[in-house]
Amino acid sequence: MSELVLSKRFNTPDSHLLSTYEADGGYQAARKALDMTPEEVVEEVKKANLRGRGGAGFPAGIKWSFMPKDDGKPHFLCVNADEGEPGTFKDRSLMRFDPHQLLEGIIIGCHAIRAEYSYIYVRGEMWDEKEILWNAIRELRAKNYLGKGIFGTKNNLHIAVCTGAGAYVCGEETAMINSIEGKRGEPRLKPPFPAQVGAFGMPTTVNNVETISNIPHILKNGGEWFASLGVEKDGGTRMYGVSGPVKNPGLFERPQGYNLKKLIFEDAGGMLDGRELKAVIPGGSSCPVLKADEIDIPHNYDSLRDAGSMAGSAGVIVLPEDACAVKAMANLAQFYAHESCGQCTPCREGTHWLNLLIQRIEAGQGKMEDIDQLLQTCKNMMGSTICPLSDAAAMPMEAFVRKFRDEFEEHVRLGRCPRDGRL
Amino acid sequence: MALEFSAESEKRINEALDEYYNTQAALIPVLYIAQDEFGPVTPEVMDLVAKRLELPRMFVEAVASFYTMYLKKPFGRHHIQVCRTLSCHMAGAQNIVAHIKKKLELEAGGVTPDGKFSLEEVECLAMCGSAPAMIINKTNYENLTIEKVDEILDNLD
Ligand SMILES: Cc1cc2nc3c(=O)[nH]c(=O)nc-3n(C[C@H](O)[C@H](O)[C@H](O)COP(=O)(O)O)c2cc1C
Ligand code: SF4
Ligand code: FES
Repeated sequence: MSELVLSKRFNTPDSHLLSTYEADGGYQAARKALDMTPEEVVEEVKKANLRGRGGAGFPAGIKWSFMPKDDGKPHFLCVNADEGEPGTFKDRSLMRFDPHQLLEGIIIGCHAIRAEYSYIYVRGEMWDEKEILWNAIRELRAKNYLGKGIFGTKNNLHIAVCTGAGAYVCGEETAMINSIEGKRGEPRLKPPFPAQVGAFGMPTTVNNVETISNIPHILKNGGEWFASLGVEKDGGTRMYGVSGPVKNPGLFERPQGYNLKKLIFEDAGGMLDGRELKAVIPGGSSCPVLKADEIDIPHNYDSLRDAGSMAGSAGVIVLPEDACAVKAMANLAQFYAHESCGQCTPCREGTHWLNLLIQRIEAGQGKMEDIDQLLQTCKNMMGSTICPLSDAAAMPMEAFVRKFRDEFEEHVRLGRCPRDGRL
Repeated sequence: MALEFSAESEKRINEALDEYYNTQAALIPVLYIAQDEFGPVTPEVMDLVAKRLELPRMFVEAVASFYTMYLKKPFGRHHIQVCRTLSCHMAGAQNIVAHIKKKLELEAGGVTPDGKFSLEEVECLAMCGSAPAMIINKTNYENLTIEKVDEILDNLD
């Protein structure tokens, strides 16, 4: 089996405690980083080829280098723990089983971007995880690892847990910033980008929980080591989540670029109850679906882009042959219609129209023109809105219609769902 | 009679005010504190929160109405939230919901006459790898079966 980095301590008893973490060498990387200049830390992270694990895959070191220097303003590191993309369940475990790994990453990241404040924005429903993080923060405050002059340096650092309150769109970074400020979680127009005008009007970096959890390992073992774990331009491992009717669903930490077919058929044990594989959504619900014969590929950003999809959050959703493709997409269309914040007309109207049309087709009341209406609506929703939620709703729909058009047409022809809405 | 926060809630509010960058940033947690004490976030609760944090009443309402976890309607002592999204659906979430509805004679969005249970279908709860999943108040339940749901519900008072 390959090397475990992020989930190494998941099965250690009391893995959430500071004493456990320090006994395993915890906070040594932070001490090392605080002795380095911020620029040196950023360079190490650049060498690691660490790409953001929140979905877009932006190189973390480059993002950090956008933060201004000597501007005299307070800086913020906001950690995205909103985890709401259907199919994604990795950040929950990273916070639950190794909160100190994340907190050490924050301490290092804040040094690199010269931030004195960090907020971890945890989705509202994760009550246990919020409490675990608060407890871990209290442990650090008691040892002066947080507060004024941390680890005997001149750095000050305040970390607090912020809570979401039930809005998927708050995972989008500028919506999250609004929510952290106590406002409605509506995305902001960019530019200005958060590195210029972010939380409370100050320079801000937003990173995902998994991205930041990797940082202590990069500082400890070096950027080159981290880069060598993955594939070209994509360093490290990934917390792959597999859900759907497989024998052994769950989280698997594997190297970046791990074969998607192998992940499903070996690591996740293959299909349950002798069912056949129909399709795979490779990185959370917003990623275009792949058919069963398209999954013998490495799972990483560039390879999935070449396959016409995205690596996204690495939440792999497996669909069985006997499930109705229209019903599956209709389930997700309802999600997006519910979650659009409504600021942009193409998204507000588009998500509702897509949902209405596809529910109608699934119910056997659709017309052939409705299928092309779906595609036309998708086109109108893409590339013209404040945030990418609109695209995130349109892309999977477009792919489902294109790849399973025969099933859509069959619904219209028969006037019912040929699989009785089975999923 | 105008609402007032209990001493316990006041303590939690002051803690929140210490942690965040400004008063407004404490609004999201303070709305939860209010919901924990008073139940649904009604106009009176919004009045109180606005007064306590010295924020415009309209602003508080705009925020409270944006987020779905601030419940505006009465809910039960045990608020059941079953995930309806794809991975849970494939694992049988519809059967779980149907069973709860029948067992408790309850519709989604409703409350039992004794105020004990309320039911809501919600979107992905980030437990897809252990689907089907639900939350009751602040507790997670995973890998649900009909039997497991019976056992959970029968043991709540
Ligand atoms: C609608 C929407 C929801 C998102 N949800 C999340 C989320 O739950 N967690 C997350 O880390 N990123 C999410 N993102 C991506 C963030 O906007 C942002 O790119 C990310 O947090 C940056 O961190 P990274 O560079 O470390 O990946 C979402 C984006 C959109 C458009
Ligand atoms: S694209 Fe949709 S979710 Fe994003 S800001 Fe516009 S309306 Fe809101
Ligand atoms: S789909 Fe139900 S928890 Fe994700």
